[in-house]
Amino acid sequence: MASVVLSEAEKLYIVHGVQEDLRVDGRGCEDYRCAEVETDVVSNTSGSARVKLGHTDVLVGVKAEMGTPKLEKPDEGYLEFFVDCSANATPEFEGRGGEELGTEIANTLYRVFSSESSVDLKLLCINPREHCWVLYVDVLLLECGGNLLDAISIAVKAALFNTRIPKVRVLEDEEGSKEIELSDDPYDCIRLNVDDVPCIVTLSKIGYRHVVDATLQEEACSLASLLISVTSKGALTSMKKVGKGSLDPESIFEMMETGKRVGKSLHIALQKILEEEESLGTSRQKVGFLG
Amino acid sequence: MAAVTMRLPVARKAVVPSAPRGGEKHLVAPGDTITTDTGYMRGHGTYVEEEKLIASVAGAVERVNKLVCVKALKTRYNGEVGDIVVGRITEVQQKRWKVETNSRLDSVLLLSSMNLPGGELRRRSAEDELAMRDYLQEGDLISAEVQSVFSDGAVSLHTRSLKYGKLGQGVLVQVSPSLVKRQKTHFHDLPCGASVILGNNGFIWIYPTPEQKDEEAGGFTTNLEPVPLSDREVISRLRNCIVALVTQQLMLFDTSILYCYEASLPHQIKDILKPEVMEEIVLETRQRLLDLEG
Repeated sequence: MASVVLSEAEKLYIVHGVQEDLRVDGRGCEDYRCAEVETDVVSNTSGSARVKLGHTDVLVGVKAEMGTPKLEKPDEGYLEFFVDCSANATPEFEGRGGEELGTEIANTLYRVFSSESSVDLKLLCINPREHCWVLYVDVLLLECGGNLLDAISIAVKAALFNTRIPKVRVLEDEEGSKEIELSDDPYDCIRLNVDDVPCIVTLSKIGYRHVVDATLQEEACSLASLLISVTSKGALTSMKKVGKGSLDPESIFEMMETGKRVGKSLHIALQKILEEEESLGTSRQKVGFLG
Repeated sequence: MAAVTMRLPVARKAVVPSAPRGGEKHLVAPGDTITTDTGYMRGHGTYVEEEKLIASVAGAVERVNKLVCVKALKTRYNGEVGDIVVGRITEVQQKRWKVETNSRLDSVLLLSSMNLPGGELRRRSAEDELAMRDYLQEGDLISAEVQSVFSDGAVSLHTRSLKYGKLGQGVLVQVSPSLVKRQKTHFHDLPCGASVILGNNGFIWIYPTPEQKDEEAGGFTTNLEPVPLSDREVISRLRNCIVALVTQQLMLFDTSILYCYEASLPHQIKDILKPEVMEEIVLETRQRLLDLEG
């Protein structure tokens, strides 16, 4: 992970600030930086979203392709995650440097979405045991400014909200061969219900308190973090501890409560912005990357 | 109470230049023709092709008699003798430290250029060399002055004065070196209650004003006491104001930072980083600076 080197005095300043609920940029311990969300930025995907959280920049593209269902779940489609840490983010990611981080993030995403209630996979089925939609979710890290997983999960939710899967019918011939018919209308498509898609909230323990949405400098001062995924109703779907330090069970409970509270606000804000963007429709001016 | 704000991105608006003052800068992009007059000598940032003088970097054209050069707007720090810099130690080597100062090559701080506590004119012994890490470690921040520039552009620093040395608790902001205005002094004690070091290399250090002015430490013993909340608020506000000024590409010097601080007082500290509040504050600052000039 990209990291900054700090002097001992700077770290002490940050730790004392967190104790008094005043971080370096004036935020409280439970405040997020201002996030910019834009969907439909990549034209050749079924859905895409770009999220900028301070200096963290993440691009997610969702491509829907036909495939065969998995043997143990014959009437469901599935999601595949791939995370690419671009060398644009930091020179550490040059060549194969970003692979380890990419696999770690992808595994976290698989775990978060492993719960059955997050995405309605039965909707993705076309013909049981034979055809289903596979959603390939590709995450591209453009800039690392701390708190990667939160930004990635927000972008994945926004991209899934934006995904439009074309409606298909499978016709059977007399000889038994199957033909796939696409509907003529390009706007005739199925949308996913993202109400239960969880978002990840990272809580970093700094000193005796914990903060949400840590910057790179704050991450350098924290020895242990708790990653929890929360749905919009406040239900916890998965939890993971990262970092080489240890966490007291009591602090884990406190962090979980904070995470649930913050997660609900995160979902409300994201839902509002996605609906606002949707309501602008075709009159929305796309900003993209050259704005 | 958690506060999460999300917004849709807005295309950046071109900043309308204020009333044109005398001496408009001639801005060029790489490939632009500066002049077709062959009587000029070409300086840095230019090249000659087909009897035309063409710019190779994006910046402002500077003419000194017959010498034409282009000073780039976004560039790494190029050291000049006498500049004040704030740097971070990256390596501890034999008899010297390597310091990162946002330039093309790491700067060098020789052991002989460093103030040792307890006497200045002592000859550096082998024990001093072994104890180097006790003075400055990897990751420490220092303020120093440029002593000389090597032929390859690397800068040699010295801290041979009590006002330079290791920096204690505070906040570092990294900006582009071209936004720091050259002034007589770069150490400012702002009336709002904090002090600022405006490094020429773009590293800005904001720290609480020390109470005693006549500490003889020269910066080796750092004060590890917690900074009071009132000072923290001032420092956070200054940090956000500097980030706002940099986003709107305004030159950084003590007056502009102070005006921006005063303009930001009606808002909460964390609101300063919102785009609309940033624009409003910087507009007010720009207005006050223009009134000061004219």
